[in-house]
Amino acid sequence: MANIISDETIEYVGILAKLELSDEEKEQAKSDMGRMLDYIDKLGELDTTDVEPMSHVFPVQNVFREDVVTNADTREQLLTNAPEQKNGMFMVPKTFD
Amino acid sequence: MSIMDMTAVELAAAIKAGKTTAVEATEAMLARIEEKDKNYNCYVTVDKKGALAQAKEIQTKIEAGELTGPLAGVPVAIKDNMCTEGLLTTCSSKILHNFVPTYTAEAVLNLQRAGAVILGKTNMDEFAMGSTTETSAYGVTKNPWNTEHVPGGSSGGSAAAVAANECYYALGSDTGGSIRQPASYCGTVGMKPTYGTVSRYGLIAYGSSLDQIGPLTKDVTDCATVLEMIASHDEKDSTSVERQDTDFTSALIDDVQGMRIGIPSDYFGEGLDEEVKAAVLKVAEQLEQKGAVVENFDLSLVEYAIPTYYTIAAAEASSNLERFDGIKYGYRTQDYAGLHNMYKKSRSEGFGEEVKRRIMLGSFVLSSGYYDAYYLKALRVKALIKKAFDEAFSKYDVILGPVAPTTAPKLGSSLADPIKMYLGDIYTIAVNLAGLPGISLPCGADKNGLPIGLQLIGDCFQEKKLIQTAYTYEKVRGAFPAASKEVG
Repeated sequence: MANIISDETIEYVGILAKLELSDEEKEQAKSDMGRMLDYIDKLGELDTTDVEPMSHVFPVQNVFREDVVTNADTREQLLTNAPEQKNGMFMVPKTFD
Repeated sequence: MSIMDMTAVELAAAIKAGKTTAVEATEAMLARIEEKDKNYNCYVTVDKKGALAQAKEIQTKIEAGELTGPLAGVPVAIKDNMCTEGLLTTCSSKILHNFVPTYTAEAVLNLQRAGAVILGKTNMDEFAMGSTTETSAYGVTKNPWNTEHVPGGSSGGSAAAVAANECYYALGSDTGGSIRQPASYCGTVGMKPTYGTVSRYGLIAYGSSLDQIGPLTKDVTDCATVLEMIASHDEKDSTSVERQDTDFTSALIDDVQGMRIGIPSDYFGEGLDEEVKAAVLKVAEQLEQKGAVVENFDLSLVEYAIPTYYTIAAAEASSNLERFDGIKYGYRTQDYAGLHNMYKKSRSEGFGEEVKRRIMLGSFVLSSGYYDAYYLKALRVKALIKKAFDEAFSKYDVILGPVAPTTAPKLGSSLADPIKMYLGDIYTIAVNLAGLPGISLPCGADKNGLPIGLQLIGDCFQEKKLIQTAYTYEKVRGAFPAASKEVG
C-alpha cells in the first residue's frame, strides 16, 4: 500500500529533525519519504515473531571505566570553532526574557 | 622503478634502504596533486606545508633508526570525516566548512605513530551519505579512469586519489559499502574490517552501529599492512574489540588449497551487468584451479538488506547529526529569531539535500507510533540477516561475489532516483548489518575500460582468510594497471 505523507506529518518530522523546509522542499520530502516507506514496507513480508531486535552484532555489555580526566584543558582551542563566544563560553541567542 | 609506481610497502622499503626519502616522495605526491587534482578533485584540503614538515621530521627519525615500520615515511590521504588536529575537517558539508578539530582520530594517530605523512583530506559524499561523491558541498570527484564517470562513494576522493597516484594509500570509512564500492569503481583494493576492529574515535559518526574505517590501497599487501597498523583496541570507543589476531600480513600467502568458497546465487540474478558477472565468475574458476572448493548456494534475504539498512542508518544518522546546531562549531545562519529558529535555519542551510532526506526519514522511523513498526522491525530483520550469514559461514570460509551491479555510472545519472541509487549497494550493505569483513579488489575491466570489482566476504574476525584468498587471486591475475597510465 502506498504511503501518503500528510502535511501534518512533514511538519511534525520537521520539528523532530530541527529542520525548516521550504514549501518546495516539503513537497519533495513528502514524495521521497512516501516512496522510501513503500520500499521499507517490504520488511513486513517477513515473519519476525519471536525474533529479538539486534542492536549490536556482538554480545557486548556496557563498557565502564573510572571517571578520571585524562585529556588536557583545550577550552581555548575548542572555543575558536564556535560561531560566537564570550568570556570563555559559547554564545547562544537569548532564550527567554 | 620510479617512486611514483611503487606501492606503499615498496616505497617504505626504498626509503629504509636509503634509495629515496620521505621528503622526496612527499614532494612527488604534492607535485602530482598540483598537476592532476584540478581534473579529479580528490582532495578537499591539501596540507602542503604540513606534509613537508612531517616528511622532514619522519625522515630524520627513520635515519636515526627510531621509525622502522613497513609504512614509515609513506604519504597518505585521509577521508575528510576523520578528525585531524589543526587541519580542516569538513565531512564535505557546508555545516563544517570551518571546523578545525582539536584532536586526531585514533586510526589516524596509529598511522602517524607508524610514520605516515598526511598529505590532506579527501572528498566524499556529504557526511558519507551517498554512493557517488556527488553530494559533496565542495564539488564532485571524477573517476581517474574516465572523468565522465563517478568514482563511487562515499569514500570516492580516497579511492580516486589512490587510482590517480595522488597518494600511496588512503583511509576511508564504510557504512554500507563506502570503501568497497569506490575501490571497485576506481580499480583499487579496499577493505572494511570486522566491526570493532578499528577505533571509531574521531570518525564523524553517520550510522554508528555500521561505520568502520578501513584502507584503500594499490594492492593486497598494502591493504593487509595498513589494516595491521590501524587496528587497535581503544578505550575511547566502547564498541572497540580487543583482538590478538591483528597480524594481518601473516596471511599474505599464495595458497587457497582447500579454501571453501561459496557463491551466493542470489547475488547473480536480475540487475547484475553481464560483463561484471562474467569477470567475477572467472575469478571463482581461477581460484578453483588453485585448489579452492567452490560451490553455489542460496544466501537468502538479499532483497531485504537495503530497506533494513536505510531504516537503521537513517535512524542513527538523525540522532548523530543532532550535534550540528550552530553553537559549538561550524556554520551558523546569519538571520534568526531566537534559539530554535537559529537551530533550524543553521541546519537547513548547512546540510545538503541527501543529508536532510535521511535525517527526516530517520526522525520519522524513530518517532512515537512508528518506532516499533519501522525501527524495531528493521532490527529484527537485521538479526535474520546475521543468522543467514552464520549459516553460510558454517559451510564456507569465504563468500565470493560482485561489489556492485555495474561499473562506475556516468556523472549526474544517479541522484535523481534515490531508490535506484540505493539498489546499487545491494551486495555490500548486508556486510555492514552483520558486522562482517569484506574486501574489494579489481578483477577486470568492462568494454569501456572501467574497472570491475570482486568482493570477498568473511565471517567476523576472519580477515585473514579474505587476505589470503585475495592475495592468491592477485598472483593469478597479475599486475592491474594504474588509472594514471590509462589517461595520462
